Amino acid sequence: MDKQFWRWKEYNWKEEKLNWKEARSITAGIDVGSVSSQAVILTAGKIFAYSSQRTGSDSPQSAQKAINWALEGTGMKLEDIQFIVGTGYGRVNIPFAQKAITEIACHARGANFMYGSSVRTILDMGGQDCKAIRCDERGKVVSFLMNDKCAAGTGRGMEVFADLLTIPIEEIGDLSFTVEQEPPPVSCTCVVFAKSEALRLLRQGWPKNKVVASYCSAMAHRVVTLLERVGVEKEFAITGGIGKNRGVVGRIEKELNVKALTPTWDTQIAGALGAALFAQALLEKTKSLN
Amino acid sequence: MLANYGYKDGSGDYYITIDTDKCVTCSDRKCIQACPQKVFEIITDDYDQEVASVVSDQSKKLKYSCAPCKPNVGRKELPCVLACEPKAINHSW
Repeated sequence: MDKQFWRWKEYNWKEEKLNWKEARSITAGIDVGSVSSQAVILTAGKIFAYSSQRTGSDSPQSAQKAINWALEGTGMKLEDIQFIVGTGYGRVNIPFAQKAITEIACHARGANFMYGSSVRTILDMGGQDCKAIRCDERGKVVSFLMNDKCAAGTGRGMEVFADLLTIPIEEIGDLSFTVEQEPPPVSCTCVVFAKSEALRLLRQGWPKNKVVASYCSAMAHRVVTLLERVGVEKEFAITGGIGKNRGVVGRIEKELNVKALTPTWDTQIAGALGAALFAQALLEKTKSLN
Repeated sequence: MLANYGYKDGSGDYYITIDTDKCVTCSDRKCIQACPQKVFEIITDDYDQEVASVVSDQSKKLKYSCAPCKPNVGRKELPCVLACEPKAINHSW
């Protein structure tokens, strides 16, 4: 089988130091996105375990696989989780979730946890959409804008380029900074046409790193126009898979003249983390009513 | 909350912005009836507020859905904007 250059690393993680059996509350958030699915488990408001993997064609199955993988090796069972919130494109198709909340609200809440209460502007660069979100000090959304009409500025667009140029997707960001001089961005933001343009540039003799730099630059410019529409207020953070691509993040920072906050957690789990935090708040509300 | 529904493409920006802080104060919800293309609906948002929203099927084709209300010549105030008493609706184009 040919190497799949677009394929990013799937993973799970657990906090060995936390004893979940002593926790007062256990909640989970599951983000079934168009490209990837994540599950985050919180015990008493702390991240206990999470997983991230590719979404399949079946949303309920993807959600089940995500939570199973997060639970793996923890000794915890699905029944031990007291409240589950679903988010992402597949949020309404998670049979074991008690509530569905949009990924916009969940990313804001998750970023508030990950980056601290000072974060005000969040750019979520997801698999097949891109969201510009502004929030308050509690992580509540005050303004948002979503582009899900075209794949420009999305993770899937980057995957297409990784495959086209036969460069592992994790290496694209660093490679894009190896150019001596920053090339002009590819003129087409549409992934299909940008791919054609990249092929033309390669035939003209452009090296791969220059083509990659050109695409990262176009992607950055595309999302900056979305951000400008909602307004960029410091502090600024990037969530989603592209948040790990230094080539795009660096160019967004340069265009905005704002430094993005350094993530302390994996940027890809922000949505599921936000969902888990909503689950915790809802659990407490339910307990106080009873 | 300023909720922006719509998209940007090669021909321009097509967003309807709903200020939900204003929208939530309205009880009449005349925008629903005023729009001939049925672009709006009432939803319960993530913060449990009943507010107007753009129907998801419509948000990717607003340029075309709203076109009948935006003739090149003799354009009047948009029916949705006119009907919205709290002045919560705004079009970007």
